Amino acid sequence: MTTHNKIDPLGPGYEGVAGKELRFRDVFRDTLRAEMNRDQDVFLMGEDISGGFDRDTKEPLDAWGGPFAATKGLVQEFGPDRIRDAPISEAGFVGAAVGAALTGLRPVVDLMYFDFVTVAYDQLLSNAAKSRYMFGGQTRVPMTLFARSGAGTGHAAQHSESFYSMLAHIPGLKVVVPSDPYSVKGLLAAAIRDDDPVFLVNDKKLINLTGFVPDEDYVIELGKGRYMQRGDDVTLVGMSYTSVVCEQAAVQLADAGINAEVIDMMSLSPFDEDILLESVQKTNNVVIVDEDTPRASMASEFAAVIADKAFDHLDAPVKRVTGPHSPVPYNKGLENAFMPQPEDVVGTVRNMLGRD
Amino acid sequence: MEISKEKLEWMYTTMYRIRRFEETMLEQTFKGNSMGVTHPSDGQEAPPTGVCAHLTDKDWIGSTHRGHGHCIAKGLDTHAMMAEIMGRATGQCGGKGGSMHIADFSKGMLGANAIVGASIPLAVGAALTAKYKGIENESVGVSFFGDGASSQGVLHESMNLASVWKLPVIFACENNGYAEATPAWYSVSAEDIASRADGYGMPGVVVDGMDVFEVYEAAGEAIARARAGEGPTFLELKTYRYHGHFHADDPKKYRKPDEEEHYHERDALKNFEKRVTGQKLMSAKELKSIRDSIEQEMLDAVEFALESPMPDVEALYSDVYVNYSNPIFGLR
Repeated sequence: MTTHNKIDPLGPGYEGVAGKELRFRDVFRDTLRAEMNRDQDVFLMGEDISGGFDRDTKEPLDAWGGPFAATKGLVQEFGPDRIRDAPISEAGFVGAAVGAALTGLRPVVDLMYFDFVTVAYDQLLSNAAKSRYMFGGQTRVPMTLFARSGAGTGHAAQHSESFYSMLAHIPGLKVVVPSDPYSVKGLLAAAIRDDDPVFLVNDKKLINLTGFVPDEDYVIELGKGRYMQRGDDVTLVGMSYTSVVCEQAAVQLADAGINAEVIDMMSLSPFDEDILLESVQKTNNVVIVDEDTPRASMASEFAAVIADKAFDHLDAPVKRVTGPHSPVPYNKGLENAFMPQPEDVVGTVRNMLGRD
Repeated sequence: MEISKEKLEWMYTTMYRIRRFEETMLEQTFKGNSMGVTHPSDGQEAPPTGVCAHLTDKDWIGSTHRGHGHCIAKGLDTHAMMAEIMGRATGQCGGKGGSMHIADFSKGMLGANAIVGASIPLAVGAALTAKYKGIENESVGVSFFGDGASSQGVLHESMNLASVWKLPVIFACENNGYAEATPAWYSVSAEDIASRADGYGMPGVVVDGMDVFEVYEAAGEAIARARAGEGPTFLELKTYRYHGHFHADDPKKYRKPDEEEHYHERDALKNFEKRVTGQKLMSAKELKSIRDSIEQEMLDAVEFALESPMPDVEALYSDVYVNYSNPIFGLR
């Protein structure tokens, strides 16, 4: 097993590693399977994850393969006790997962849409995140939660949120945001093996993307970011799907003769201060791209850290490209306007560098 | 139901320990030795005692802001509890939990919980662990909560989950008639909260929660059902809180004297004494000997707590995570 830090899987350090081009969703499911095979205490719980039951035999049907087909085939392999289909009771089953974690299991909870976090928020905040501290370190809560975030699929206001900072704000909870098939494999495995509660936020726009994934068993250390691309003129900071947006923007900037460095944060709590400061000290310019709404966001947090610890290295004010302070709209044109687009990032960089 | 002499002695010891712990804890609170808010449970000794009489350290309980009685009935050490309430390093949670967050995982105590109703799914989760591991016969989950929590959605979700998954759970609702100051007759839509169990496909039993023998019998049946893999039971234990909602609350502002007298006449300890001496199961001398030893235990617990050190300031930063790579200090 390897621990990868700051590795660009397509970069020079990675030549010769065996692997293949895979879809994000397939890697996600294969990692769940591998972790369930690795540890008998790992089980999965969520709405519709066994996809209905036969009226006569009572056997699971796996009609959907779980929300977004993330768990397809797993119920046949592991049975309904380890792929535990839950009624629509987010507070109840997230609370039960905390209770199971406190008593020796390692539950993994599929919360379907990220917006449903709020229905279970008390259990997450008051029980999952606080039990270890308020009981004086007697216990640990080794649970993993995941859910689909993000706009761009016409799911509108109540199924499209990206409010990472509502989770990252909670002491006791960890938050990770994979951005490609490589990072979801390493982060999901690390989350499940971690002894603290970890929330993996999975942007819907990533689910059908493909990318290179090493065959070997590896974890990505929680709290580490990575360079997606090296450059000298400006640092673009992405998280989850906005890392893809940053890479697309970097291509357009290259055409204009601007060499952007792209950082994929991968973890939001803890997060990699060192990589932010290292890059900003080199490029002296930084744009943070976050699909979340701007107030009290991760973008604001990263900006504050850079302003606090790298102020003397900045040639221009830290800029943030985020969604507006509004719910996510339904209409396609409005929804596209809500999400940070590569063009928004390019425009911000050009203004910043005086290269209009 | 036949009860062994040993069990009777345990019941009396436990109830008297709860009673005197709460009274002693209140004295210390009013002397300024407690560091925060406390919620006394004296008057409600029978429910935790009658239920926990059937449990071992492998069984799990969830508790509430009014949790001292549950802790004591589950076997927690009163010295460490008193020290916790006084915020000391020797406290059950190192002084970081306080009265409302006392837990002991080695005793199967999942923690007192200060969000009303929030501990209920934890007991369901503990029962899920037991079912997952195939050890329902030796590990059940008991959720203690009050009439106030009966209005919380998470109770209803938990009852449904426990029922559809057929988990070894006992929903032990201590209906003391008041959610803070609001009477149950105002805030609960059913005459008996236990009647709601029917809607979740589980037995609901109304029990005299001032009578430890009644509680013991009903809990025994519920726990036997759970251990046999027959699923959850809802017990409504009708009881009464002698003090106010919290230490400084005067319940006379919202309760009538005749109501308080009625419950004091049915006091769980007095009735236990009358019954066991009347039936010659225990002698007055044996009862007094138990009381004397508890009196000494309380003196010792207070002395232990008062003489214990305060936690070091470094404790502020420990145990937020098992491991975490960012600094967790505040920004100054």
